Amino acid sequence: MTAVLQARDVESDTAIVARPRRRRRNVVPNVLGAVVFLIAAFPVYWMVLTSFRRGADILKAEPEFVPQPGTLANYRKVFKRDYFWTAVKNSLSVTLIVLFLALFIAFLAAVAVSRFRFRGRRAFVIAILIVQMVPAEALIISLFRVLDGWDLINSIIGLSLTYLAFVLPFTIWTLRGFVANVPKELEEAAMTDGSSRFRAFMTITLPLVAPGLVATGVFAFIQAWNEFIFALVIMNKPDKQTLPVWLQAFNEGAKGTDWGGVMAGSTLMAIPVVIFFLLVQRRVVGGLTAGAVKG
Amino acid sequence: MTSSLIDSDLESKQQTESEGSPGMEHVDGIIPRRRRVRPLPYTLLFPAVAVLGLMLGYPIVRLVTLSLQKFGLKQQFGAAADWVGLKNFRTILHDPEFWAVLRRTVVFCAVNVALTMALGMAVALLLKRLGAKMRLLVSLGLMLAWSMPALASTVIWQWIFDTQYGIANWALGRQGESWLSNPLTFYFVATIIVVWMGIPFIAFTLYAGLTQIPEEMMEAAAIDGARPWQRFRDIVVPVLKPILLILTSLSVLWDFRVFTQVYVLQRAGGITRDTNLLGVYAYRTSFGGNHFDKGAAIAIIMVAITVLMTMFYLRSMSRTEEL
Repeated sequence: MTAVLQARDVESDTAIVARPRRRRRNVVPNVLGAVVFLIAAFPVYWMVLTSFRRGADILKAEPEFVPQPGTLANYRKVFKRDYFWTAVKNSLSVTLIVLFLALFIAFLAAVAVSRFRFRGRRAFVIAILIVQMVPAEALIISLFRVLDGWDLINSIIGLSLTYLAFVLPFTIWTLRGFVANVPKELEEAAMTDGSSRFRAFMTITLPLVAPGLVATGVFAFIQAWNEFIFALVIMNKPDKQTLPVWLQAFNEGAKGTDWGGVMAGSTLMAIPVVIFFLLVQRRVVGGLTAGAVKG
Repeated sequence: MTSSLIDSDLESKQQTESEGSPGMEHVDGIIPRRRRVRPLPYTLLFPAVAVLGLMLGYPIVRLVTLSLQKFGLKQQFGAAADWVGLKNFRTILHDPEFWAVLRRTVVFCAVNVALTMALGMAVALLLKRLGAKMRLLVSLGLMLAWSMPALASTVIWQWIFDTQYGIANWALGRQGESWLSNPLTFYFVATIIVVWMGIPFIAFTLYAGLTQIPEEMMEAAAIDGARPWQRFRDIVVPVLKPILLILTSLSVLWDFRVFTQVYVLQRAGGITRDTNLLGVYAYRTSFGGNHFDKGAAIAIIMVAITVLMTMFYLRSMSRTEEL
């Protein structure tokens, strides 16, 4: 993951060489940089630190800011707590279902939109853009009634379908760009060499789109893993909770006393997201700006 | 032109199926046309359209019908829902609480967007001036903040602002200060969370934009005697204008619908009436008060406002991206 970050810095290194600057002039920016780093990273650091603290140490009047010999008791408590493992299982199931279905369906749609001209294409693309703006918070009310009518409340399938619908527009929009960037001529060349259209597509286009599939897949994963509101409303039985809902129940039940346990829980929930996020962050930023700046 | 092709194609199919119909004689003329309508793109689109239609389209329609019906506790248990026209909207729009919530939401959104954009821009400019190592460090910190799940972030800040043991109170020497039980300090904490979570994306995107500004342009301006502020106003802002527009619109859309942070802080602080924002208000009206009809009406007003703002976003988007 640092490789990605470093790659970015190689280019900036050259920029700095080209623009000589006295060391002393960098003092103010460096101090400001340190402040920004502290503000950004401290809460995360504090979460991890608290999660390894003993109960008595957490409640001390003078907080300790450097790691002390800690304890794993908070994590053990989380692992043993009711419904934690069912929540992990539910979260994983929903996330994986959403991930694979979103990639598959979005890929088909992206191919249709970027490889064919047909009636309704433009309307579809605009609809995809508009739909992304519909606040999920507003739809939760009727979606609950709809799912209730289909007997899909407290159902992994119901929640997965919901997430799928909210993830698809962005995944289609992003993959569309990736597919469009693969020259059609490559496929056509393979076809004139005797490949079927399908084969040409599978052997030429698919491998070239793979990075896009990874990036959008991680996006879908993070969305489904983090989502809170729909899960809160749709999965209202304790054994159907996903991790965020479980954590919030723990948080509410703790009444501000078991901070060690709650921080351990949120650390566990955040770890996969942070890892996946660092893997793809460059694409997220690049994808949004590339068109905006150069276009 | 292609539109008529599909329609006539459908018609011709029906006609050929009903054998011996008078349509038969037209078939000859239609066949060469039919070849041009390719079913493949529609087949590829079908799953996406089906999911979006069932899980987004239908709920939107259902939201509209809910808002036009009487739908309370009884109807939840199967009683028939009567149509009441625009009654729910009238009730909502005459409710001073709704207007208070709306005002609060707009102010909260404006303050958060302004803070996120201004601080994001400041961090982007800072990133540009930093050396490679320091920039890597700051980027890592921002990345951490950015990647935190909304719920985890809220819970962390809740811990930091905890009344008894939170380090905010320790640092400020105000042991026992209850941040979440007063609307103003409640929003202060909520704003910190939203802005803290929002800055990284804005800063990275603007930084990416800044690196696209030709170095010579800035240098030429500096040689001509332009002060840093003038360079910022006359070069950076105009060049980044498209990105700034998109980012501002996106931030407005996101901060207008803030839910998780407010919901979790409310559960912790115990006051809801004076801290509701539009999203949480619609949720509480529906699920807390069992007024799905009024909740739906509030949600529709929320969607309507969002759509208006989206138009603005799409307009700035369509200038930069080819549809």
